[in-house]
Amino acid sequence: MNAHPSKLIKGETGDWEIVIGMEVHAQVLSKAKLFSGASTEFGAEPNAQVSFVDAGMPGMLPVINRKCVEQAVRTGLGLKAKINNRSVFDRKNYFYPDLPQGYQISQYKSPIVGEGELFIDMPGGETIRVGIERLHLEQDAGKSLHDQHPDNSYVDLNRSGTALMEIVSKPHMRSSEEAAAFLKKLRAIVRYLGTCDGNMDEGSMRADVNVSVCKVGGYDKFRESGDFKHLGTRCEIKNVNSMRFVAQAVEYEARRQVEIIEGGGAIKQETRLFDNKQVETRSMRSKEEAHDYRYFPDPDLLPLQIEQAWIDQIKASLPELPDEKKARFIKMGLSAYDASVLVGEKEIADYFEDMLKGGADAKAAANWLNNEYLGRLNKAGLSISTGPVPAASNAAIVEMVQANTISGKIAKDLLDIVWTEKEDPRKIVEERGLRQVTDTSAIEKAVDAVMAANPDKVEEVKAKPKLAAWFVGQVMKQTGGKANPAAVNAVLKARLNLPDEG
Amino acid sequence: MSDLTDFTLAEARDAVKAKKVSSKELTGAFVKAVAGAKSLNAFVTETPDKAMEMAAASDARIAKGEARPLEGLPLAIKDLFCTKGVRTTAGSNILGNFIPPYESTVSQNLWDAGAVMLGKTNMDEFAMGSSNETSYFKPVVSPWRAKDSNQNLVPGGSSGGSAASVSANLCLAATGTDTGGSIRQPAAVTGTVGIKPTYGRCSRWGIVAFASSLDQAGPMTRNVRDSAIMLRHMASVDPKDSTSVDVPVPDYEATLESGVKGLRVGIPKEYRIDGAPPEIEALWSKGAEWLKAQGAEIVDVSLPHTKYALPVYYIVAPAEASSNLARYDGVRFGHRTKDAVHDITELYEKSRAEGFGAEVRRRILIGTYVLSAGYYDAYYSRAQKLRTLILRDFTEAFKKCDVLLTPATPGPAFALGEKSADPVSMYLNDVFTVTVNLAGLPAIAVPAGLTANGLPLGLQVIGKAFDEATVFRAGRSIEVAANFSAKPGTWWRAA
Repeated sequence: MNAHPSKLIKGETGDWEIVIGMEVHAQVLSKAKLFSGASTEFGAEPNAQVSFVDAGMPGMLPVINRKCVEQAVRTGLGLKAKINNRSVFDRKNYFYPDLPQGYQISQYKSPIVGEGELFIDMPGGETIRVGIERLHLEQDAGKSLHDQHPDNSYVDLNRSGTALMEIVSKPHMRSSEEAAAFLKKLRAIVRYLGTCDGNMDEGSMRADVNVSVCKVGGYDKFRESGDFKHLGTRCEIKNVNSMRFVAQAVEYEARRQVEIIEGGGAIKQETRLFDNKQVETRSMRSKEEAHDYRYFPDPDLLPLQIEQAWIDQIKASLPELPDEKKARFIKMGLSAYDASVLVGEKEIADYFEDMLKGGADAKAAANWLNNEYLGRLNKAGLSISTGPVPAASNAAIVEMVQANTISGKIAKDLLDIVWTEKEDPRKIVEERGLRQVTDTSAIEKAVDAVMAANPDKVEEVKAKPKLAAWFVGQVMKQTGGKANPAAVNAVLKARLNLPDEG
Repeated sequence: MSDLTDFTLAEARDAVKAKKVSSKELTGAFVKAVAGAKSLNAFVTETPDKAMEMAAASDARIAKGEARPLEGLPLAIKDLFCTKGVRTTAGSNILGNFIPPYESTVSQNLWDAGAVMLGKTNMDEFAMGSSNETSYFKPVVSPWRAKDSNQNLVPGGSSGGSAASVSANLCLAATGTDTGGSIRQPAAVTGTVGIKPTYGRCSRWGIVAFASSLDQAGPMTRNVRDSAIMLRHMASVDPKDSTSVDVPVPDYEATLESGVKGLRVGIPKEYRIDGAPPEIEALWSKGAEWLKAQGAEIVDVSLPHTKYALPVYYIVAPAEASSNLARYDGVRFGHRTKDAVHDITELYEKSRAEGFGAEVRRRILIGTYVLSAGYYDAYYSRAQKLRTLILRDFTEAFKKCDVLLTPATPGPAFALGEKSADPVSMYLNDVFTVTVNLAGLPAIAVPAGLTANGLPLGLQVIGKAFDEATVFRAGRSIEVAANFSAKPGTWWRAA
């Protein structure tokens, strides 16, 4: 096993490697909760979506929601993981006001999904494999509200009992960038699969990040032997809810650990929280204060048996996932980088494919989308699905550039017009005479006019051929940008007797 | 008939059906009987108005020719079953004035069959006890007394209120629940019949949970026929209970009198315990002879892991209970301390300390301990392994026989306070009954004789999973042979 190197932290005593593993809680996309029929919709009035089961009323019993099981299996298959035909629900016992039963139903020893993998795409085009340890189903707790009353806390149980998938990675990430990329890729996969909406603002995805540091070489020894003693003591940073915060939390935490060790101290295994305002992690509770959850199999639920035929059926219904899509896009001639940007979000990939359906060339469409349209959306704070320009319009613009109907410069202006006026770009080009001038005589006329008006420049350019660009600019100005730049160059070259570019 | 309350369930059913008596007359008689039996403390909540309303509705149905199988028959419901709009206490202070907004599946099944509710019966707190002395609402007193004695006796537990009510003719029949013997032991010591059906036969939905993998609802009645009638209308597969099982519920009454000719009856040698009263041994032998005389074949069998049953039970049941009872935290419903508290932990501690009685606290502590890190493997995990072996014992034994015959209890009813200071001697009351819960099998307790002091003793028939029909058949054969007709005195009746 050849582990990829860590981004190193320079310490006083030498270099340190970072090792990161993640536990991601992803809310299962399902209308009803894991063990009750109550709704899971976000944003309802407090305690409006609570069944007697969710409230932990006496004598109430959980009944598994088949849809949630299917979603977990689907996610497992998307992570190329082993689906366990038999899994067991356990009770995790602890007291908290937003935990009405006094226990959370989870899966401890026998999860529904076993080992799998996920590939993350780094900006350099590098692909890194991160092992998935397991995925299990569990109930979410409710929410304590501490800001409603000066003396009392309130409890909202709307979220109580909602199905979560806890997806646990192996400690295979080596930098804050990789940790953020892992979360991004996982989010993309569940969104492709339709198993989680990935809305991190609404808490649909939250990450617990395990960080440790070790001296250079320790990680390789760990990967060779599987022995955790080669790694440093880890700290778990709870409930980090954005990619940026994941990266910041890792950076801070790794440096904190290096400083402690180099200062002669030792890392205490503990749970920490990330303060996104101070950009730091703080201790929540130490290992000694950790709960004894007294896990045991939930006697209200039989072991979950899943028939292979059903798994196969779910497998057959999986959509094309980011990695496969990326490979297909690369085959179309896209760079690995462009392809991974496009597949990063299903909606962008879909938009891109819609552009291809409009007849645009793949490479040109990808360039246009990545460099022009996505940039503008980003600046405007819009997403691909809320943006104003339909795929067919962008496809038409790309096609017109390729067919030399318009110039690249005009194309950009045209996009601005389409953006605000929401008109068909072909119609705009026709109506406003934006067609590129390829008629040589018209261009010759324009070139001659510029040369006549600027005899001094003509002399200069003969000495310094690079100044020809100035003429191109002037000609474009004269033609209102509609002249075909290649044609302008050709005419200029002939008129000024310029040598071929070397 | 001198008194309508002397009816058995079957007799009352037939009389109501034949319009010899109206539900209102019948129910009125029982309402009066309940009101006159305060000294037994068998009910936590009496619902006379509700009973009379239900009876009136039943009479209206009967008049329209729309009578259902249990139309107009007044029953008592153990206070562990949640009843919509009627306070449900589980015999505990922790539930406070909890009025469920839902009806348990089992009680709903009974109402759907036309039955009438007289009230909720007293019980050991959260069904934890064998004498009804752990109830927050004070012990139930058995209507039975030993010959020439004025000493108050326990009715057994945990379904002590139901047993006392059936025995003292305060209802036609009652519901009970049985986690380690809570139906069969009180039935045996009050001269009544009680069956714990196969685990999964009755839905647990809406029954306040004690130990989920062991709890099962069942009827408590004056005779075997009445239990057969009741169980048919209590049992159902329930989509709201994942552990309920979809097996057709047969007409147990129809096959009740089929006898035991050719039936192989196993006598497990491990149920002969040292120090058991000779009366128990003698009754057991007599039971075997009765069945043999009716054509059954008596077979010696072995259940080698029986000696582990009680320790296994007292690990598994408290473990599950410690978790099931975590929801009583004073946050959403039930008792909350009135003392000032500084934080949530103190709120939990005070509310729970005030709300739970000593026995419940003891079992929560035991259960928490056996599930704790470092002890789980030594206790809970080993107990589960033994539980598998106990079940295997039965599977093996049932290769040689169709039912098993054992004593129901190690002795007759004891005096109030006699065993309450010594939990272990109290736990020993369940020595013959817990194995069946651990194995999930059906078992009936049938009154079979009296001690020299005139106190009832029962025999237990254990059957194969979902073979309650055969259990009833064998139970009925014992009943016929024993010809048990003793009834308790009426010393308790209000003047």
